[in-house]
Amino acid sequence: MEAVTENLDLYWSGFLRSLGICLWAMVGSLVLGALIAAFRVSPVASLRAFGTAWVNVLRNCPLTVVLFFMAFGLPEIGINQSFYFFGVAGLVLYTSAFVCEAIRAGINSVPAGQAEAARAIGLTFTQNLGSVIMPQALRTSVPPVGSVIIAMFKNSAVVGAFGVGRDLYSVGRDLTSAQGYSYIPVLLGVAVGYLIITLSAGALLGVLERKVAIVR
Amino acid sequence: MRFTRFKAAAAVMALAGSLAACGSDDDGGSDPEVVEDAEFEAGTTMAELSEQGSMTVGTKFDQPGFGLQGLDDAPEGFDVEVAKIIAGAMGISEDNITWEETPSDIREQVIEDGTVDMVVATYTINEERAQRITFAGPYYNAGQMLMVLSDNDAINGPDDLAANPDAKVCSVTGSTPSEQIKEYLASDDQLVLFDVYDKCADALSNGQVDVVTTDNVILAGFVSESDGEFKLVGEQFTEEPYGIGIEKGDVAFCEFINQTLQDNQDAYVEAWESTAGQVEGAETPELPEPAPCS
Repeated sequence: MEAVTENLDLYWSGFLRSLGICLWAMVGSLVLGALIAAFRVSPVASLRAFGTAWVNVLRNCPLTVVLFFMAFGLPEIGINQSFYFFGVAGLVLYTSAFVCEAIRAGINSVPAGQAEAARAIGLTFTQNLGSVIMPQALRTSVPPVGSVIIAMFKNSAVVGAFGVGRDLYSVGRDLTSAQGYSYIPVLLGVAVGYLIITLSAGALLGVLERKVAIVR
Repeated sequence: MRFTRFKAAAAVMALAGSLAACGSDDDGGSDPEVVEDAEFEAGTTMAELSEQGSMTVGTKFDQPGFGLQGLDDAPEGFDVEVAKIIAGAMGISEDNITWEETPSDIREQVIEDGTVDMVVATYTINEERAQRITFAGPYYNAGQMLMVLSDNDAINGPDDLAANPDAKVCSVTGSTPSEQIKEYLASDDQLVLFDVYDKCADALSNGQVDVVTTDNVILAGFVSESDGEFKLVGEQFTEEPYGIGIEKGDVAFCEFINQTLQDNQDAYVEAWESTAGQVEGAETPELPEPAPCS
Protein backbone atom coordinates (compact mmCIF):
# COMPACT_ATOMS: atom_id res chain seq x y z
CA MET A 1 0.00 0.00 0.00
CA GLU A 2 3.06 2.29 0.18
CA ALA A 3 2.41 3.11 -3.48
CA VAL A 4 -0.45 5.28 -2.25
CA THR A 5 0.96 6.54 1.04
CA GLU A 6 4.25 7.64 -0.52
CA ASN A 7 2.46 9.59 -3.23
CA LEU A 8 -0.42 11.20 -1.40
CA ASP A 9 0.54 14.64 -2.73
CA LEU A 10 0.31 13.36 -6.32
CA TYR A 11 -3.02 11.70 -5.61
CA TRP A 12 -4.31 14.88 -4.00
CA SER A 13 -3.37 17.07 -6.96
CA GLY A 14 -4.88 14.49 -9.33
CA PHE A 15 -8.02 14.39 -7.23
CA LEU A 16 -8.39 18.19 -7.32
CA ARG A 17 -7.85 18.25 -11.06
CA SER A 18 -10.43 15.53 -11.64
CA LEU A 19 -12.85 17.25 -9.30
CA GLY A 20 -12.43 20.49 -11.25
CA ILE A 21 -13.12 18.73 -14.54
CA CYS A 22 -16.18 17.03 -13.03
CA LEU A 23 -17.67 20.22 -11.60
CA TRP A 24 -17.23 22.28 -14.75
CA ALA A 25 -18.65 19.47 -16.85
CA MET A 26 -21.57 18.99 -14.45
CA VAL A 27 -22.60 22.65 -14.55
CA GLY A 28 -22.19 22.79 -18.32
CA SER A 29 -24.08 19.61 -19.08
CA LEU A 30 -26.99 20.44 -16.74
CA VAL A 31 -27.51 23.86 -18.32
CA LEU A 32 -27.06 22.62 -21.86
CA GLY A 33 -29.14 19.48 -21.26
CA ALA A 34 -32.05 21.52 -19.86
CA LEU A 35 -31.88 23.84 -22.86
CA ILE A 36 -31.91 20.99 -25.36
CA ALA A 37 -34.80 19.37 -23.47
CA ALA A 38 -36.73 22.63 -23.84
CA PHE A 39 -35.95 22.52 -27.57
CA ARG A 40 -37.27 18.99 -27.83
CA VAL A 41 -40.68 19.85 -26.37
CA SER A 42 -41.00 23.31 -27.91
CA PRO A 43 -43.80 24.15 -30.33
CA VAL A 44 -41.26 25.31 -32.96
CA ALA A 45 -40.62 22.44 -35.38
CA SER A 46 -37.10 23.48 -36.32
CA LEU A 47 -36.02 23.63 -32.67
CA ARG A 48 -37.54 20.21 -32.07
CA ALA A 49 -35.64 18.83 -35.05
CA PHE A 50 -32.42 20.41 -33.81
CA GLY A 51 -32.90 18.91 -30.34
CA THR A 52 -33.64 15.48 -31.74
CA ALA A 53 -30.61 15.57 -34.02
CA TRP A 54 -28.40 16.74 -31.16
CA VAL A 55 -29.46 13.89 -28.91
CA ASN A 56 -29.23 11.25 -31.61
CA VAL A 57 -25.78 12.29 -32.77
CA LEU A 58 -24.16 12.75 -29.37
CA ARG A 59 -25.88 9.91 -27.58
CA ASN A 60 -24.87 7.44 -30.27
CA CYS A 61 -21.25 8.52 -30.64
CA PRO A 62 -18.68 6.89 -28.39
CA LEU A 63 -17.26 9.43 -25.95
CA THR A 64 -13.75 8.95 -27.31
CA VAL A 65 -14.96 9.88 -30.79
CA VAL A 66 -16.56 13.07 -29.47
CA LEU A 67 -13.33 13.91 -27.64
CA PHE A 68 -11.29 13.19 -30.75
CA PHE A 69 -13.39 15.62 -32.76
CA MET A 70 -12.97 18.24 -30.06
CA ALA A 71 -9.22 17.85 -29.53
CA PHE A 72 -8.13 17.22 -33.12
CA GLY A 73 -11.06 18.21 -35.33
CA LEU A 74 -11.69 21.76 -34.09
CA PRO A 75 -8.02 22.86 -34.42
CA GLU A 76 -8.18 21.67 -38.05
CA ILE A 77 -10.85 24.28 -38.74
CA GLY A 78 -8.97 26.96 -36.86
CA ILE A 79 -10.55 26.82 -33.40
CA ASN A 80 -7.68 26.75 -30.92
CA GLN A 81 -8.28 26.31 -27.22
CA SER A 82 -6.49 24.51 -24.44
CA PHE A 83 -6.92 20.75 -24.29
CA TYR A 84 -8.49 21.26 -20.87
CA PHE A 85 -11.23 23.33 -22.50
CA PHE A 86 -11.69 20.80 -25.30
CA GLY A 87 -11.84 17.92 -22.83
CA VAL A 88 -14.44 19.55 -20.60
CA ALA A 89 -16.44 20.76 -23.61
CA GLY A 90 -16.46 17.25 -25.07
CA LEU A 91 -17.77 15.85 -21.80
CA VAL A 92 -20.42 18.57 -21.63
CA LEU A 93 -21.66 17.93 -25.17
CA TYR A 94 -21.75 14.17 -24.70
CA THR A 95 -23.45 14.27 -21.30
CA SER A 96 -25.95 16.96 -22.32
CA ALA A 97 -27.67 14.45 -24.62
CA PHE A 98 -28.31 12.09 -21.71
CA VAL A 99 -29.31 14.89 -19.34
CA CYS A 100 -31.74 16.15 -21.97
CA GLU A 101 -33.44 12.77 -22.25
CA ALA A 102 -33.67 12.35 -18.48
CA ILE A 103 -35.28 15.79 -18.16
CA ARG A 104 -37.62 15.07 -21.07
CA ALA A 105 -38.74 11.91 -19.29
CA GLY A 106 -39.59 14.15 -16.34
CA ILE A 107 -41.51 16.54 -18.58
CA ASN A 108 -43.49 13.66 -20.07
CA SER A 109 -44.40 12.53 -16.58
CA VAL A 110 -46.30 15.77 -15.95
CA PRO A 111 -49.94 15.09 -16.89
CA ALA A 112 -50.98 16.78 -20.14
CA GLY A 113 -53.86 18.44 -18.28
CA GLN A 114 -51.34 20.64 -16.43
CA ALA A 115 -49.99 22.10 -19.66
CA GLU A 116 -53.47 22.45 -21.10
CA ALA A 117 -54.73 24.23 -18.00
CA ALA A 118 -51.74 26.57 -18.08
CA ARG A 119 -52.43 27.35 -21.74
CA ALA A 120 -56.09 27.87 -20.98
CA ILE A 121 -55.33 30.61 -18.48
CA GLY A 122 -53.20 32.35 -21.10
CA LEU A 123 -49.60 31.48 -20.17
CA THR A 124 -47.10 31.59 -23.03
CA PHE A 125 -44.97 28.54 -23.85
CA THR A 126 -42.02 29.93 -21.90
CA GLN A 127 -44.14 30.76 -18.85
CA ASN A 128 -45.87 27.43 -19.10
CA LEU A 129 -42.57 25.54 -19.21
CA GLY A 130 -40.82 27.70 -16.62
CA SER A 131 -43.56 28.03 -13.99
CA VAL A 132 -45.75 24.96 -14.40
CA ILE A 133 -44.04 22.08 -16.14
CA MET A 134 -40.34 22.32 -15.26
CA PRO A 135 -40.79 22.68 -11.49
CA GLN A 136 -42.72 19.40 -11.50
CA ALA A 137 -40.63 17.73 -14.17
CA LEU A 138 -37.28 18.47 -12.54
CA ARG A 139 -38.38 16.78 -9.32
CA THR A 140 -39.10 13.58 -11.19
CA SER A 141 -35.83 13.98 -13.09
CA VAL A 142 -33.57 14.15 -10.06
CA PRO A 143 -32.77 10.41 -9.81
CA PRO A 144 -32.14 9.77 -13.55
CA VAL A 145 -30.20 13.02 -14.03
CA GLY A 146 -28.17 12.12 -10.95
CA SER A 147 -27.26 8.76 -12.46
CA VAL A 148 -26.21 10.45 -15.68
CA ILE A 149 -24.02 12.90 -13.79
CA ILE A 150 -22.39 10.15 -11.75
CA ALA A 151 -21.67 8.24 -14.95
CA MET A 152 -20.14 11.44 -16.31
CA PHE A 153 -17.83 11.70 -13.29
CA LYS A 154 -16.45 8.32 -14.15
CA ASN A 155 -16.24 9.20 -17.85
CA SER A 156 -14.02 12.11 -16.86
CA ALA A 157 -11.16 9.60 -16.58
CA VAL A 158 -11.21 9.38 -20.38
CA VAL A 159 -10.34 13.03 -20.98
CA GLY A 160 -6.92 12.39 -19.40
CA ALA A 161 -6.00 10.63 -22.63
CA PHE A 162 -6.79 13.74 -24.66
CA GLY A 163 -4.10 16.09 -23.50
CA VAL A 164 -5.71 17.17 -20.25
CA GLY A 165 -3.38 15.08 -18.14
CA ARG A 166 -2.55 15.11 -14.43
CA ASP A 167 -6.06 13.96 -13.54
CA LEU A 168 -6.57 11.14 -11.07
CA TYR A 169 -6.39 8.34 -13.60
CA SER A 170 -3.31 9.81 -15.30
CA VAL A 171 -1.59 9.97 -11.93
CA GLY A 172 -2.26 6.27 -11.59
CA ARG A 173 -0.76 5.55 -15.00
CA ASP A 174 2.21 7.71 -14.17
CA LEU A 175 2.91 5.78 -11.00
CA THR A 176 2.59 2.35 -12.58
CA SER A 177 4.46 3.14 -15.74
CA ALA A 178 7.24 5.68 -15.14
CA GLN A 179 7.79 4.93 -11.49
CA GLY A 180 7.26 1.20 -11.61
CA TYR A 181 4.74 0.72 -8.80
CA SER A 182 2.55 -2.33 -9.11
CA TYR A 183 -0.88 -1.94 -10.58
CA ILE A 184 -3.33 -3.14 -7.97
CA PRO A 185 -2.50 -0.81 -5.04
CA VAL A 186 -2.13 2.20 -7.35
CA LEU A 187 -5.47 1.59 -9.03
CA LEU A 188 -7.14 0.94 -5.68
CA GLY A 189 -5.96 4.42 -4.70
CA VAL A 190 -7.41 5.83 -7.92
CA ALA A 191 -10.68 4.00 -7.32
CA VAL A 192 -10.92 5.45 -3.81
CA GLY A 193 -10.45 8.93 -5.27
CA TYR A 194 -13.30 8.45 -7.72
CA LEU A 195 -15.46 6.87 -5.03
CA ILE A 196 -15.02 9.94 -2.84
CA ILE A 197 -16.39 12.05 -5.69
CA THR A 198 -19.22 9.74 -6.75
CA LEU A 199 -20.37 8.64 -3.29
CA SER A 200 -20.57 12.20 -2.01
CA ALA A 201 -22.44 13.14 -5.18
CA GLY A 202 -24.83 10.27 -4.46
CA ALA A 203 -25.34 11.45 -0.90
CA LEU A 204 -26.05 15.00 -2.07
CA LEU A 205 -28.57 13.64 -4.56
CA GLY A 206 -30.35 11.74 -1.83
CA VAL A 207 -30.69 14.93 0.20
CA LEU A 208 -31.89 16.84 -2.85
CA GLU A 209 -34.42 14.16 -3.71
CA ARG A 210 -35.96 14.28 -0.23
CA LYS A 211 -36.00 18.09 -0.26
CA VAL A 212 -37.89 18.42 -3.53
CA ALA A 213 -40.15 15.41 -3.15
CA ILE A 214 -43.83 16.15 -3.74
CA VAL A 215 -46.88 14.13 -3.03
CA ARG A 216 -49.07 13.67 -6.06
CA MET B 1 -34.00 -20.16 -43.51
CA ARG B 2 -32.44 -17.73 -41.12
CA PHE B 3 -30.21 -20.46 -39.73
CA THR B 4 -28.85 -21.52 -43.11
CA ARG B 5 -28.15 -17.92 -44.00
CA PHE B 6 -26.21 -17.56 -40.77
CA LYS B 7 -24.22 -20.68 -41.58
CA ALA B 8 -23.44 -19.36 -45.05
CA ALA B 9 -22.21 -16.08 -43.61
CA ALA B 10 -20.04 -17.94 -41.11
CA ALA B 11 -18.57 -20.05 -43.90
CA VAL B 12 -17.77 -16.98 -45.97
CA MET B 13 -16.09 -15.33 -43.01
CA ALA B 14 -14.04 -18.42 -42.24
CA LEU B 15 -12.95 -18.55 -45.89
CA ALA B 16 -11.99 -14.88 -45.87
CA GLY B 17 -10.01 -15.48 -42.70
CA SER B 18 -8.05 -18.36 -44.17
CA LEU B 19 -7.34 -16.38 -47.36
CA ALA B 20 -6.02 -13.49 -45.31
CA ALA B 21 -3.79 -15.88 -43.42
CA CYS B 22 -2.30 -17.15 -46.71
CA GLY B 23 -1.09 -13.74 -47.79
CA SER B 24 1.24 -13.09 -44.89
CA ASP B 25 4.03 -15.59 -45.30
CA ASP B 26 6.79 -13.06 -45.81
CA ASP B 27 6.86 -10.35 -43.18
CA GLY B 28 9.90 -8.54 -44.50
CA GLY B 29 11.89 -9.02 -41.29
CA SER B 30 15.17 -10.88 -40.99
CA ASP B 31 15.18 -14.64 -40.53
CA PRO B 32 17.20 -15.34 -37.41
CA GLU B 33 18.81 -18.72 -37.06
CA VAL B 34 16.88 -21.35 -35.15
CA VAL B 35 19.19 -23.71 -33.28
CA GLU B 36 17.95 -27.28 -33.83
CA ASP B 37 19.39 -29.13 -30.85
CA ALA B 38 19.64 -26.57 -28.08
CA GLU B 39 20.76 -28.12 -24.78
CA PHE B 40 20.48 -26.38 -21.42
CA GLU B 41 21.12 -27.21 -17.81
CA ALA B 42 18.01 -28.71 -16.28
CA GLY B 43 15.85 -26.39 -14.25
CA THR B 44 16.75 -23.19 -16.08
CA THR B 45 14.22 -21.03 -17.88
CA MET B 46 15.98 -21.81 -21.17
CA ALA B 47 15.63 -25.58 -20.64
CA GLU B 48 11.97 -25.16 -19.80
CA LEU B 49 11.17 -22.99 -22.82
CA SER B 50 13.29 -25.07 -25.16
CA GLU B 51 11.55 -28.24 -24.00
CA GLN B 52 8.17 -26.59 -24.40
CA GLY B 53 9.14 -25.39 -27.91
CA SER B 54 7.23 -22.13 -27.63
CA MET B 55 7.29 -18.89 -25.69
CA THR B 56 5.29 -15.71 -25.10
CA VAL B 57 6.92 -12.35 -25.71
CA GLY B 58 5.59 -8.95 -24.75
CA THR B 59 6.20 -6.08 -27.15
CA LYS B 60 4.58 -2.85 -28.24
CA PHE B 61 2.05 -2.92 -31.06
CA ASP B 62 2.11 0.80 -31.81
CA GLN B 63 5.75 1.75 -32.14
CA PRO B 64 6.87 2.18 -35.78
CA GLY B 65 10.26 0.58 -36.34
CA PHE B 66 10.30 -1.27 -33.01
CA GLY B 67 7.04 -3.10 -32.56
CA LEU B 68 4.13 -2.31 -34.84
CA GLN B 69 1.24 -4.60 -35.56
CA GLY B 70 -0.12 -4.10 -39.02
CA LEU B 71 -2.87 -6.04 -40.75
CA ASP B 72 -0.89 -9.25 -40.40
CA ASP B 73 -1.13 -11.07 -37.12
CA ALA B 74 2.46 -10.72 -35.98
CA PRO B 75 4.01 -7.37 -35.03
CA GLU B 76 7.08 -6.14 -36.87
CA GLY B 77 10.08 -4.11 -35.80
CA PHE B 78 13.50 -4.14 -34.19
CA ASP B 79 12.24 -5.35 -30.80
CA VAL B 80 10.40 -8.16 -32.52
CA GLU B 81 13.54 -9.21 -34.42
CA VAL B 82 15.67 -9.12 -31.25
CA ALA B 83 13.12 -11.37 -29.55
CA LYS B 84 13.28 -13.76 -32.50
CA ILE B 85 17.10 -13.97 -32.20
CA ILE B 86 16.82 -14.94 -28.54
CA ALA B 87 13.99 -17.40 -29.17
CA GLY B 88 15.96 -18.91 -32.05
CA ALA B 89 18.90 -19.63 -29.77
CA MET B 90 16.58 -21.76 -27.66
CA GLY B 91 15.35 -23.63 -30.71
CA ILE B 92 12.04 -21.79 -30.88
CA SER B 93 11.04 -20.68 -34.37
CA GLU B 94 9.09 -17.47 -34.90
CA ASP B 95 5.90 -19.44 -35.64
CA ASN B 96 6.00 -20.66 -32.06
CA ILE B 97 6.25 -17.23 -30.47
CA THR B 98 3.02 -15.78 -29.11
CA TRP B 99 3.08 -11.99 -29.17
CA GLU B 100 1.40 -10.16 -26.35
CA GLU B 101 0.78 -6.43 -26.49
CA THR B 102 2.52 -4.73 -23.55
CA PRO B 103 2.05 -0.96 -23.43
CA SER B 104 4.37 0.91 -21.08
CA ASP B 105 2.25 0.74 -17.97
CA ILE B 106 1.71 -3.01 -17.75
CA ARG B 107 5.19 -4.29 -18.54
CA GLU B 108 6.35 -5.07 -15.00
CA GLN B 109 2.97 -6.55 -14.18
CA VAL B 110 2.91 -9.11 -16.99
CA ILE B 111 6.43 -10.24 -16.13
CA GLU B 112 5.56 -10.67 -12.46
CA ASP B 113 2.35 -12.50 -13.30
CA GLY B 114 4.17 -14.80 -15.68
CA THR B 115 1.85 -13.87 -18.55
CA VAL B 116 4.93 -13.43 -20.74
CA ASP B 117 8.38 -15.02 -20.66
CA MET B 118 10.13 -11.80 -21.58
CA VAL B 119 9.37 -8.23 -22.60
CA VAL B 120 11.15 -6.51 -25.48
CA ALA B 121 9.27 -3.22 -25.77
CA THR B 122 11.43 -0.06 -26.01
CA TYR B 123 11.92 -0.76 -22.33
CA THR B 124 14.25 1.79 -20.72
CA ILE B 125 16.35 0.32 -17.92
CA ASN B 126 15.91 2.29 -14.70
CA GLU B 127 16.23 1.64 -11.00
CA GLU B 128 12.56 1.71 -10.06
CA ARG B 129 11.71 -0.88 -12.67
CA ALA B 130 14.76 -2.99 -11.80
CA GLN B 131 13.35 -3.43 -8.31
CA ARG B 132 10.51 -5.50 -9.71
CA ILE B 133 12.08 -7.27 -12.66
CA THR B 134 15.51 -8.17 -14.05
CA PHE B 135 16.85 -6.45 -17.15
CA ALA B 136 19.03 -8.23 -19.68
CA GLY B 137 20.94 -6.06 -22.12
CA PRO B 138 20.97 -3.19 -22.93
CA TYR B 139 20.61 -4.04 -26.60
CA TYR B 140 20.21 -0.45 -27.78
CA ASN B 141 20.97 3.03 -26.47
CA ALA B 142 18.30 5.55 -27.33
CA GLY B 143 18.21 9.15 -26.14
CA GLN B 144 15.55 11.76 -25.67
CA MET B 145 15.23 14.54 -28.27
CA LEU B 146 12.80 17.25 -29.34
CA MET B 147 10.69 17.36 -32.49
CA VAL B 148 9.20 20.62 -33.79
CA LEU B 149 7.58 21.93 -36.97
CA SER B 150 10.13 22.53 -39.72
CA ASP B 151 9.54 26.29 -39.72
CA ASN B 152 10.07 26.66 -35.96
CA ASP B 153 13.28 28.60 -35.29
CA ALA B 154 12.56 29.57 -31.68
CA ILE B 155 13.30 26.19 -30.13
CA ASN B 156 16.66 24.64 -30.80
CA GLY B 157 17.07 22.44 -27.74
CA PRO B 158 15.66 21.68 -24.31
CA ASP B 159 17.23 24.82 -22.81
CA ASP B 160 14.99 27.01 -24.99
CA LEU B 161 11.82 25.63 -23.43
CA ALA B 162 11.89 27.62 -20.19
CA ALA B 163 12.59 30.77 -22.20
CA ASN B 164 9.38 30.18 -24.20
CA PRO B 165 6.80 29.57 -21.48
CA ASP B 166 3.96 29.65 -24.01
CA ALA B 167 5.41 26.75 -25.94
CA LYS B 168 3.53 23.52 -25.23
CA VAL B 169 5.49 20.29 -24.97
CA CYS B 170 3.77 17.01 -25.72
CA SER B 171 4.59 13.55 -24.43
CA VAL B 172 2.90 10.42 -23.15
CA THR B 173 1.53 9.87 -19.65
CA GLY B 174 3.78 7.66 -17.58
CA SER B 175 6.71 7.64 -19.99
CA THR B 176 10.28 8.31 -18.86
CA PRO B 177 10.65 11.25 -21.29
CA SER B 178 7.61 12.97 -19.77
CA GLU B 179 9.33 12.83 -16.37
CA GLN B 180 12.73 13.91 -17.60
CA ILE B 181 11.52 16.90 -19.58
CA LYS B 182 10.01 18.48 -16.46
CA GLU B 183 13.28 20.00 -15.25
CA TYR B 184 13.54 21.99 -18.50
CA LEU B 185 10.07 23.51 -18.26
CA ALA B 186 9.01 26.84 -16.79
CA SER B 187 5.85 25.27 -15.32
CA ASP B 188 3.86 22.04 -15.37
CA ASP B 189 1.24 23.71 -17.55
CA GLN B 190 3.68 23.57 -20.44
CA LEU B 191 3.39 19.81 -20.53
CA VAL B 192 0.56 18.24 -22.55
CA LEU B 193 0.10 14.51 -22.03
CA PHE B 194 -1.64 11.97 -24.23
CA ASP B 195 -1.84 8.21 -24.07
CA VAL B 196 -0.04 7.55 -27.37
CA TYR B 197 2.52 9.45 -29.44
CA ASP B 198 0.32 9.50 -32.55
CA LYS B 199 -1.86 12.09 -30.86
CA CYS B 200 1.18 14.23 -30.04
CA ALA B 201 2.17 14.18 -33.71
CA ASP B 202 -1.35 15.21 -34.73
CA ALA B 203 -1.39 17.98 -32.15
CA LEU B 204 1.99 19.22 -33.39
CA SER B 205 0.75 19.15 -36.95
CA ASN B 206 -2.31 21.31 -36.24
CA GLY B 207 -0.47 23.73 -33.98
CA GLN B 208 -1.96 22.73 -30.63
CA VAL B 209 1.50 21.92 -29.25
CA ASP B 210 4.92 23.25 -30.28
CA VAL B 211 7.24 20.43 -29.30
CA VAL B 212 7.00 16.65 -29.06
CA THR B 213 9.56 14.91 -26.93
CA THR B 214 10.49 11.27 -26.52
CA ASP B 215 13.25 8.88 -27.57
CA ASN B 216 15.05 9.84 -30.78
CA VAL B 217 14.16 6.60 -32.59
CA ILE B 218 10.44 7.10 -32.09
CA LEU B 219 10.64 10.70 -33.26
CA ALA B 220 12.71 9.71 -36.28
CA GLY B 221 9.84 7.48 -37.39
CA PHE B 222 7.45 10.45 -37.27
CA VAL B 223 9.89 12.77 -39.05
CA SER B 224 10.37 10.34 -41.91
CA GLU B 225 6.60 9.88 -42.29
CA SER B 226 5.87 13.62 -42.19
CA ASP B 227 7.16 14.66 -45.65
CA GLY B 228 9.32 17.41 -44.23
CA GLU B 229 6.67 18.85 -41.93
CA PHE B 230 8.58 17.95 -38.73
CA LYS B 231 12.26 18.14 -37.79
CA LEU B 232 14.43 17.06 -34.89
CA VAL B 233 16.32 19.78 -33.02
CA GLY B 234 19.24 19.77 -30.60
CA GLU B 235 21.23 16.89 -29.26
CA GLN B 236 20.15 13.79 -27.37
CA PHE B 237 19.95 15.03 -23.81
CA THR B 238 19.34 11.76 -21.97
CA GLU B 239 20.54 8.17 -22.13
CA GLU B 240 17.80 5.60 -22.56
CA PRO B 241 19.31 2.12 -22.56
CA TYR B 242 16.72 -0.37 -23.80
CA GLY B 243 16.73 -3.67 -21.93
CA ILE B 244 14.88 -6.95 -22.08
CA GLY B 245 12.64 -7.51 -19.09
CA ILE B 246 12.52 -10.97 -17.49
CA GLU B 247 11.44 -12.39 -14.17
CA LYS B 248 13.20 -10.86 -11.17
CA GLY B 249 16.32 -12.75 -10.18
CA ASP B 250 16.56 -15.06 -13.20
CA VAL B 251 20.30 -14.47 -13.63
CA ALA B 252 20.91 -17.54 -15.78
CA PHE B 253 18.32 -16.42 -18.35
CA CYS B 254 19.69 -12.88 -18.27
CA GLU B 255 23.25 -14.07 -18.92
CA PHE B 256 22.00 -16.36 -21.66
CA ILE B 257 20.27 -13.44 -23.40
CA ASN B 258 23.37 -11.25 -23.16
CA GLN B 259 25.56 -14.06 -24.51
CA THR B 260 23.13 -14.78 -27.33
CA LEU B 261 23.18 -11.15 -28.46
CA GLN B 262 26.99 -11.08 -28.31
CA ASP B 263 27.16 -14.26 -30.39
CA ASN B 264 24.69 -13.01 -33.01
CA GLN B 265 25.98 -9.57 -33.87
CA ASP B 266 25.42 -10.12 -37.58
CA ALA B 267 21.81 -11.03 -36.99
CA TYR B 268 21.54 -7.99 -34.71
CA VAL B 269 22.75 -5.65 -37.46
CA GLU B 270 20.48 -7.32 -39.98
CA ALA B 271 17.55 -6.98 -37.57
CA TRP B 272 18.23 -3.26 -37.27
CA GLU B 273 18.64 -2.68 -40.98
CA SER B 274 15.45 -4.50 -41.91
CA THR B 275 13.35 -2.49 -39.42
CA ALA B 276 14.22 0.72 -37.57
CA GLY B 277 17.28 1.21 -39.80
CA GLN B 278 15.05 1.88 -42.79
CA VAL B 279 14.20 5.31 -41.46
CA GLU B 280 16.15 7.97 -43.30
CA GLY B 281 19.32 9.02 -41.49
CA ALA B 282 19.22 6.21 -38.93
CA GLU B 283 22.70 5.00 -37.98
CA THR B 284 23.23 1.31 -37.45
CA PRO B 285 24.09 0.94 -33.76
CA GLU B 286 26.79 -1.22 -32.26
CA LEU B 287 25.59 -3.70 -29.70
CA PRO B 288 26.22 -2.01 -26.32
CA GLU B 289 28.25 -3.75 -23.62
CA PRO B 290 25.84 -5.77 -21.49
CA ALA B 291 25.28 -4.65 -17.90
CA PRO B 292 25.92 -7.20 -15.15
CA CYS B 293 22.91 -9.41 -14.43
CA SER B 294 21.31 -9.28 -11.02
